[in-house]
Amino acid sequence: MYGQYKTIDEANRAVIDKVVSSAPFLVDVVPAKSVIQELNGKVLLHAGPPIKWENMTSPMQGSCIGATLFEGWASNADEAAKMLENGEIEFIPCHHVNAVGPMGGITSGSMPVLVAENRDGGNQAYCTMNEGIGAVLRFGAYSDEVLKRLAWFRDVLGPTLSKAIKVKGDGLNVNVMMAKAITMGDEFHQRNIAGSLIFLKEITPYILKTDVADSDKQDVIQFLADTDQYFLNIAMASTKAVMDTAREIQHGTVVTAMCRNGYEFGIRIAGMGDQWFTAPVNTPQGLFFTGYDQDLACPDMGDSAITETFGVGGFAMIAAPGVTRFVGAGGMDDAVNTSNDMMEICIDHNPNFSIPTWDFKGSALGIDARKVVETGIEPIINTGIAHKEAGVGQIGAGTVRAPLACFEKAIDAYAVKLGLIDPQ
Amino acid sequence: MLYTIVKQNSYQDSVNLMLLTNKISTMDGINKVQIMMGTPANKDILKAADLYTEELEGAASNDMCIVVDTDSEEKIQEVLDETDNYLNNQAIASGKEAFETVRSWDKATKELPGANLAIISTPGQYAAEEAEKALDRDMHVLIFSDNVTVEDERRIKEKAHDKGLLVMGPDCGTAVVSGVPLAFANVMKTGKIGVIGASGTGIQEVTTEIDRLGAGISHAIGTGGRDLNDKIGAITMLDGIKALAQHSQTEVITLISKPPAKEVRDEVVQLLQSLSKPVVAIFLGEEPHNHEGNVYYANTLEETAAIAVDLVKGNPIKPNYNRLQAEVPAVTLKPEQKTIKGLYSGGTLGYEAATLISSGLNYDNSGAHEEGYLLNANGFQVIDLGDDIYTQGKPHPMIDPDTRIQYFQKAAQDESTAIILFDLVLGYGSHEDMAGALIPGIEKIQKDAQAKGKEIYFVASVCGTDQDPQGIDEQKAKLEKAGVILRDSNNQAVLTALAMLDIQIEEVQKELVPATETATVEITVSEAIQKLLTEKPNVVNVGLKKFTEAITANGGRVVQYDWRPVAGGNPRMRQILSVLR
Repeated sequence: MYGQYKTIDEANRAVIDKVVSSAPFLVDVVPAKSVIQELNGKVLLHAGPPIKWENMTSPMQGSCIGATLFEGWASNADEAAKMLENGEIEFIPCHHVNAVGPMGGITSGSMPVLVAENRDGGNQAYCTMNEGIGAVLRFGAYSDEVLKRLAWFRDVLGPTLSKAIKVKGDGLNVNVMMAKAITMGDEFHQRNIAGSLIFLKEITPYILKTDVADSDKQDVIQFLADTDQYFLNIAMASTKAVMDTAREIQHGTVVTAMCRNGYEFGIRIAGMGDQWFTAPVNTPQGLFFTGYDQDLACPDMGDSAITETFGVGGFAMIAAPGVTRFVGAGGMDDAVNTSNDMMEICIDHNPNFSIPTWDFKGSALGIDARKVVETGIEPIINTGIAHKEAGVGQIGAGTVRAPLACFEKAIDAYAVKLGLIDPQ
Repeated sequence: MLYTIVKQNSYQDSVNLMLLTNKISTMDGINKVQIMMGTPANKDILKAADLYTEELEGAASNDMCIVVDTDSEEKIQEVLDETDNYLNNQAIASGKEAFETVRSWDKATKELPGANLAIISTPGQYAAEEAEKALDRDMHVLIFSDNVTVEDERRIKEKAHDKGLLVMGPDCGTAVVSGVPLAFANVMKTGKIGVIGASGTGIQEVTTEIDRLGAGISHAIGTGGRDLNDKIGAITMLDGIKALAQHSQTEVITLISKPPAKEVRDEVVQLLQSLSKPVVAIFLGEEPHNHEGNVYYANTLEETAAIAVDLVKGNPIKPNYNRLQAEVPAVTLKPEQKTIKGLYSGGTLGYEAATLISSGLNYDNSGAHEEGYLLNANGFQVIDLGDDIYTQGKPHPMIDPDTRIQYFQKAAQDESTAIILFDLVLGYGSHEDMAGALIPGIEKIQKDAQAKGKEIYFVASVCGTDQDPQGIDEQKAKLEKAGVILRDSNNQAVLTALAMLDIQIEEVQKELVPATETATVEITVSEAIQKLLTEKPNVVNVGLKKFTEAITANGGRVVQYDWRPVAGGNPRMRQILSVLR
């Protein structure tokens, strides 16, 4: 019934073994359309499960307009919006083309993407680069400043990093960077400052060896130094590559993807392959910058929950004491309780990412959809909070829960597929 | 108006300051507030929020800037005090507990790998399922929950028996295993008397009496009230007796039960007669006239304890232990004051009182009763206030004094009432000061009665030991000070109350006669049960958190399982989870 596996537990074990044995490397930075064939037409990728234009949040629509302008398909925002409304531009979820995207996740063909290769499985996954904070495309901004930055990404940052990685030769081992960073207080969703620093330290010598202009080298290094969350997108591409290898095993109840599009939250489980199980998204709760409050928060967005799927992010709250207070006004006890709670719905610890503040236990490994339903403990996701209107950008940070209904639908469908229960 | 305070070189993390800002903004009289470090980016934010002032100009990145919009200047000092207070008390008070708290069985057994006993106190409809999960993990089970069906009880007990495990309950209110009190239990000396009983307060009364008489108990195993029912067939009772029989430190076995079904009784007695250790048995409500073979039959819980203690001390067994041993207080009663009202929190104690009073009245109390009434004859009443009909939506009278006080008052209003008889049960789980909680009610009734020119007498016994958390001496002193006539056992309290009304009970003198010859039962005990009786248990406490206290305080290890219904109680999901195992 479970293929070569005798039980669901055995199948689940096989899936998580793939996660543990993974070896993601950052191997290149390339234009998205060079690796994602679909992006050679008038196509945009978006975060989360499939969604129609009219159901997109204002920030996601803003991102679409920005990307349409960036690709030169329209000459102004109104024209872009019309094209999008009229269905002239096709939408595809990032997840359907081996990619993930932060927040709106809007990705177009000319944008450079990080290429992570899982050398255990041989597959690749892609993610756009982090733009920093303030007015950025992922939060729906499409001002000249935003488009100018994207052009610089395309013309300078992307090609420079690509060259630097090629100087290194065999790519950058992401597990090594993450294993170091998790001991330095990163959980790879809310906090990536250590990972970003390690990446800067690793890549800078190679940047200096490239043939790009000195002023570009200076700008690239300065940008990386200024961008605390740069590593988040490397972690996203890498964990996506890992989870895609793991989900080649199409049995069992391990969650292989969690993502949100501002309208619906979607998950996949190993035993149900590519099928999405969705439920309306929640709105993150957290702390807000001056002048903003909970009422202005945009519903949950982004593929970044791939980090939690992998077992870090909110699941590794205990690793990042610096950000635990976003969970509430709690201290270390709340952080450890959060991570311990998440272990109630996970199968094991990942020995690759030992967390000192957790008695050196490894990060969480393998969310079992059955356990989520059984305990009612919904996975916690650390997240930035977008303003609900396009272009304002990030207004706070906090946490959000994956809705229980996704997990109920997933195990229901799996039990039906196995013929263990009649459809409802 | 805007006020600005710049605290130089006072760096705080932005998250802290966001939390502090939230806190200050809830203070009365504050229109708007923002507390930030004086970085250029933050100054821009303050500008955007219309909170920028000239004083901010000179603030540097390491200066904390407090901008307050308020109509009254005196608020500023309050804000500063609150800010200092907040920043000085950032350390989160961490209440470290002596045990881990988990939300699933898997995690529970991971946290406590040697777990061998589960206490289940979930709502009744889920208790059977959780008990089975414990059995699947090779754990013994104490089911505190009630409302488990007889069918479920039988299935669980058969499964346990087949696996060599013990199921105490359902509706098992108390047990003591290897010196660790479980659920509502008293703390007592460890000794050589093994107790097994189908009744909670029956076990408590016998074991505390044993303790008072200077002996100790090895274990007290609860079976649940229905175990000797013909539908269950005494599965736990039989396994428990065998376990005590094989337990080397146990020298005397004491059995407490309501009268079982005939065939069940025969099987139990056959086993008892096969043992090499003496047994004291009480089948509550029966009036035995002899001891038979290996089994000494007692009429009261007090006698049960007394025979057990004499047996363990090697003393000769007296023909009777039931007689009134205390003086009968002189009473002044109006002619119409002729009756006793027994208002009990312990069901078995009430049942014993009803039996004794019926006997004194020569009343046949074997008929059916209204719910909660254990006796209702000629104005004599005994009520079990722990019965379900009195605890719907209300705490049990061992925890909450209200129902009892209410029934005290009702009893006092009855012209025929001369004596109010009651129990006070101590131990883990019970009210921390029930004497103190009942006394105002008692004193009011006495005062009201005296105002009417009469006396109403209160007679009681306290079921507890000097090691119980409440302190038995203190509880007794409080009651005596309030004029309550106190006796050492329930039997003595009932006999005193009857004697105060000039009612005596005929004493039964018992002799030892040979038992009818029966086949000897072979005794085998599983390794798991042997282990339960030789080591302090490692407990998974599923449900009521307060049960953890008695375990950790007495050397047991425990993990608390904060139980919630599986899949939120959703029936389809529960079914799916069971097929996706």
